[in-house]
Amino acid sequence: MSGLDVSGRSGSDDLPPTGSPGRPTVLPYGDRALLVELGDVTEVVRWVDAVRSADLDAVGDVVSAARTVLVSARDGASVATLRAQLGEVDPQGARTAYENGPGLLADSGGEVVEIPVRYDGPDLADVARLTGLSEREVVEAHTGRPWRVAFGGFAPGFGYLVGGDPRLEVPRRGESRTSVPAGSVALADTFSGVYPRSSPGGWQLIGTTDAVMWDLDRDPPALLAPGATVRFVEVRS
Amino acid sequence: MTRSLVVRRVGGQCLVEDLGRRGMSDIGVGRSGAADRGALRLANRLLANPDHAAAVEVGIGGLEVEVAGGAVTFCVTGAPAPVLVDGQAVGSHALVVAGAGSRIEVGMPASGLRSYLAVRGGVHVAPVLGSRSRDVLAELGPAPLAEGDVLPVGERPTEQPSVDQVAPPSFEAPATLRLVRGPRDAWVRDVELLVRGSWTASAKTNRVGMRLEGPALAHAEPGRQLPSEGAWRGAVQVPPDGDPVLFLADHPVTGGYPVVAVVVDADVDRAAQVRPGEPVRFVWARG
Repeated sequence: MSGLDVSGRSGSDDLPPTGSPGRPTVLPYGDRALLVELGDVTEVVRWVDAVRSADLDAVGDVVSAARTVLVSARDGASVATLRAQLGEVDPQGARTAYENGPGLLADSGGEVVEIPVRYDGPDLADVARLTGLSEREVVEAHTGRPWRVAFGGFAPGFGYLVGGDPRLEVPRRGESRTSVPAGSVALADTFSGVYPRSSPGGWQLIGTTDAVMWDLDRDPPALLAPGATVRFVEVRS
Repeated sequence: MTRSLVVRRVGGQCLVEDLGRRGMSDIGVGRSGAADRGALRLANRLLANPDHAAAVEVGIGGLEVEVAGGAVTFCVTGAPAPVLVDGQAVGSHALVVAGAGSRIEVGMPASGLRSYLAVRGGVHVAPVLGSRSRDVLAELGPAPLAEGDVLPVGERPTEQPSVDQVAPPSFEAPATLRLVRGPRDAWVRDVELLVRGSWTASAKTNRVGMRLEGPALAHAEPGRQLPSEGAWRGAVQVPPDGDPVLFLADHPVTGGYPVVAVVVDADVDRAAQVRPGEPVRFVWARG
């Protein structure tokens, strides 16, 4: 079949099993893209590294998320060619890049971005209660280990940070705030993140930074590029 | 003196657009660009401009500009709107020369939603992240046009136009859009409702997406959460209320609701010409 690749059903909608590093599942996504399902964010980061290092000529945009990667076909390449090329990617290929360092995802070997934070967020007490830690221990856990930018997508300049202290896993707030101030440092699920500009949001706010996360007059405009390592540093207000 | 178009009257939403930004999804920046890419490409082809030259996407309500600094060659494509130069009808989908001081007016199209006012040399405003496109969701790129704005016109390309007019399209309702099933079709009880049901583009329709009203697509397991996934132009996402949203040019880079089907790329331009209130029909694409 050539041209429009519109073959068949998408198959199961079941979430993939976590932590099983088998072949990724490739789902149809129209006639110009594919959705690749992986077990968890660790596998996502690893697989995307493998795709980028393979430098495949049918690959257009790559949109990472928590368990999936959307890959579009480059102009002029068919989605069938894209599918064939992605099939050659070794999902374990980039594993060695993470074998060192304190956290699986923390040591990207790249640049380290330090973000100064005042731990004065309105949800700090809630996070302490939810995690069973004291507020001081929350701050120490957040600053104690490096994070890595796994993917972006929520807004220009927003990076989902992974690889932090697992004790900091907290749910989103029951109700979203209609406006979260720019520079808010937040936690949700196993992620941390910094709001690049004022926007609605449901994450738990633990602090504030003056770091400019997004600046169009800067190249690159995003402070946090995918793959970068991030360290939060406490500053006293 | 640099040639320019000076905005004299803005009736609806008028935005500078080109073919958008590529490869920036990982920092949260989507592609954006002309909602009807084919119409922009056609305009640039008629004018012998490069494909990526920018034009003005003119919404319902029209636009009036004054030519300054020297004559320009322009054309209007997309939704077939009346085009006037100094009050004289010249028609869309045709190359027209307008001298300095003359006024170009784009009126209400007979059908469709978005016309493109393109000029030989392109609209040459400053690019942002490699593109002159306005992304209304990310609020990136040149601000929506307002009275008094001056749009510089770029240098004429060396290539000469070889065709001076083409037949205008007609965007009769209902638009028929081909769909590819998946990836998350099993997250709704009956994805076949998309092709069986009658749908209407809601008033909540913009460059981000077209919300469709019709038989609600109930989630198979209400309350079940899908982790956010990458999104793409043409995706049909179903929020918990069951009213599908078809993502257009300025869609979010990721979405948190299941995408149950995706409109084939060639039909997304047609979707961008559907007016709020018009019926829409879906069919499954055949391989």
